[in-house]
Amino acid sequence: MGTVSEARGGPKLLDREGFLAVAMLMPAVLYIVFLVGIPFVMAVLFSFSDVSVGSPTIDRFTLETFNDVINDPVFRRSLQNSFVFTLFAQGLVLILATVLAILLNRNFRGKWIVRLLILLPWATPIAIGAINWLWLLDSVYSPLTWILREVGLIGAGALLGPRNVIWLGQETLAMASIIAIHVWRMLPLSTVIILAGLSSIPQDIQDAVQVDGASFLRGWFQVTLPLIRPILMVAMLFGIIFSFTDMTVVHVLTRGNPNNTTQVLASWAFYTGIEGGSLAKGAATAIFLMPVLLGVAILMLRVARRTEVR
Amino acid sequence: MIRKAGQTGLTYFLITLFILFTAFPFYWMLITTFKNDNELYRNREANPLVFNQAPTLDNLRLLFNNTNYQTFVENSLKVGIAVVVITVLLAVPASYSLARLAGAWGERLGIMIFMVYLIPPTLLFIPMSQIVSFLGLRDSLWSLIVIYPTFTVPFCTWLLMGFMKSIPVDVEEQAMVDGYSRFGAILRVVFPLALPGILTVVVFAFTLTTHEFIYALAFITTSSQKVISTGVTSELIRGDVFFWQAIMGAGLLVAIPVALVYNLFLDRFIAGFTMGAVTGK
Repeated sequence: MGTVSEARGGPKLLDREGFLAVAMLMPAVLYIVFLVGIPFVMAVLFSFSDVSVGSPTIDRFTLETFNDVINDPVFRRSLQNSFVFTLFAQGLVLILATVLAILLNRNFRGKWIVRLLILLPWATPIAIGAINWLWLLDSVYSPLTWILREVGLIGAGALLGPRNVIWLGQETLAMASIIAIHVWRMLPLSTVIILAGLSSIPQDIQDAVQVDGASFLRGWFQVTLPLIRPILMVAMLFGIIFSFTDMTVVHVLTRGNPNNTTQVLASWAFYTGIEGGSLAKGAATAIFLMPVLLGVAILMLRVARRTEVR
Repeated sequence: MIRKAGQTGLTYFLITLFILFTAFPFYWMLITTFKNDNELYRNREANPLVFNQAPTLDNLRLLFNNTNYQTFVENSLKVGIAVVVITVLLAVPASYSLARLAGAWGERLGIMIFMVYLIPPTLLFIPMSQIVSFLGLRDSLWSLIVIYPTFTVPFCTWLLMGFMKSIPVDVEEQAMVDGYSRFGAILRVVFPLALPGILTVVVFAFTLTTHEFIYALAFITTSSQKVISTGVTSELIRGDVFFWQAIMGAGLLVAIPVALVYNLFLDRFIAGFTMGAVTGK
């Protein structure tokens, strides 16, 4: 490339740090500004307009779109569902992931294969994972139904009645199924993040807790938990973002059915904006993801700053 | 001693429960892939968790010969490779600039770029679909190639910043003493040393693109242009009939290699995700 000779003879532009810093950073920053920044502004503008696929230019700004969106009962249900799903899924994930991380932090044989098996749901593309569950929860051929029948929970006079369980056809069960899939999907990531936090605790502190003879639980709550709090926070924030903004699970499993009772903000935005062609309404629906994202971003920055100071 | 044995037993027991939860769906995929129609749909009294009739390869044959699955895989590969190239070209210099040249600004700007990764596709897909139409890329793989770097570049830049910081400044200075320009030193000395980091970024940029679903769903409707995640979930269904064995096989063939790769690079991935909140090793 002849860099050496160029640098010797030329005006040494490639030696100037200020120039290099900007030149090397700009392509990435411009890409992001153009293809994230601009769509982001457009998303906000769209939601205050009346654009649709039929007339894709903004003619006027209006609050009517928001009015229409908010007064739609399906939207309200979607908003509520988004919070319910995220809250339940993340609550469960945090508890289960902490327990699992504690287990994996112990020494036992066959750890790498265990890690691989635990990691599978996160490593699989979510659309594939979701369609796998669609088959697992089939109303006729579900192995879970078969197991329930075998252990006597389904059958004539049994606890759950003689009929098969229609996992995705009934409101509460469908919601529970979607929550379970989010837990299944997020558990691996949260576990490995918490595990990273646990294994970063110096060995002498871990030993001291045991030597002290403190009961496991007391030692855990008084010593370990405060130490891994920032990392628990990180695990939770990522979990919230991925669950709150996901539409794949709902789209593949129920498309929001039965009767839009499992609809979430993201999926409803997709069905109104892309499939229904009402870009403004879709954008206005998706905008309601913003407050939560903003909150998470602020908390994330606080975690980052705290570790930076240290 | 007894207490210890009890503890080990409990550990194994609990871990088995967790594995049942995480891995059972994959066992179900595996066994479904090799069942024939008769066994899968007609024999409803028999245990569905084992083979009651001889396993068959017919479903995989159907998948490869009579569906667009190969096209989906090829499309995913094309998109993945193109996105990886763009990501590396943008993220490698940017991460070096942030780690070394931008000074106190670097860290803050780096965190801001990472925050961009947290803006979800579900917030952006509506304006994005307009931009894609405007660029004339609707229904083309190019739409994904152009849009996917919007999430791979921020994540990979952040991940690489850590690697760049870990390369000692002395090496660069020595190279400059040896007569290289600053840029020459970066090109000849720093980037080769950052190769493990760059490899990690290649792996994750690629897997992130295979995971993506929402943009692919919004931008592409023609079967021959679909990628794995959208193709497998929509094209292996005729009307109301799901080709379950083929779908499960298609999923499994993607899931297993990706999972193996993830497992190899897990520690670096976590380092990126935790934003340095984990101190020490």
